[in-house]
Amino acid sequence: MLKGKKAIVVGERDGVPGPAIARCMLAAGAEIVFMTTECFV
Amino acid sequence: MESQAQIKKLVDEHGRDDLVVVLGASDIEGAEIAAETLTVGDPSFAGPLAGVSLGLPIYHILEPEVKAEVPEDVYEESAGIVSMIVDTDEVARKFKAIRENVKPG
Repeated sequence: MLKGKKAIVVGERDGVPGPAIARCMLAAGAEIVFMTTECFV
Repeated sequence: MESQAQIKKLVDEHGRDDLVVVLGASDIEGAEIAAETLTVGDPSFAGPLAGVSLGLPIYHILEPEVKAEVPEDVYEESAGIVSMIVDTDEVARKFKAIRENVKPG
């Protein structure tokens, strides 16, 4: 599901921030193509 | 809004087949709105994704399905605390429903 995928990471300051999700994605074998910690909606 | 434009550009560049979106919002209602924006389009019709159906597979970092793919020590350090205060089963139910409702087309 994640291994070899290109991950778009949308974290949240009050939840799990972008860099923390990115660490998980990298450890799971995904590549990070976009990361933010802003809420965009 | 800026993120919407950047994500739309990424989909145009990479195609959606290899892309996955992973959210981290602790407010599940907010996460659902973000998920809707990135799958069927911006519900507020205010941003670059208004009327744009990206159809991206979307996950939440707190879903057990995602947790299962991350080494335990990395996951605990990164998301362990938040996973204790959020109903992760509810997150899993809601995001599974979102993925099932949005088939790439």
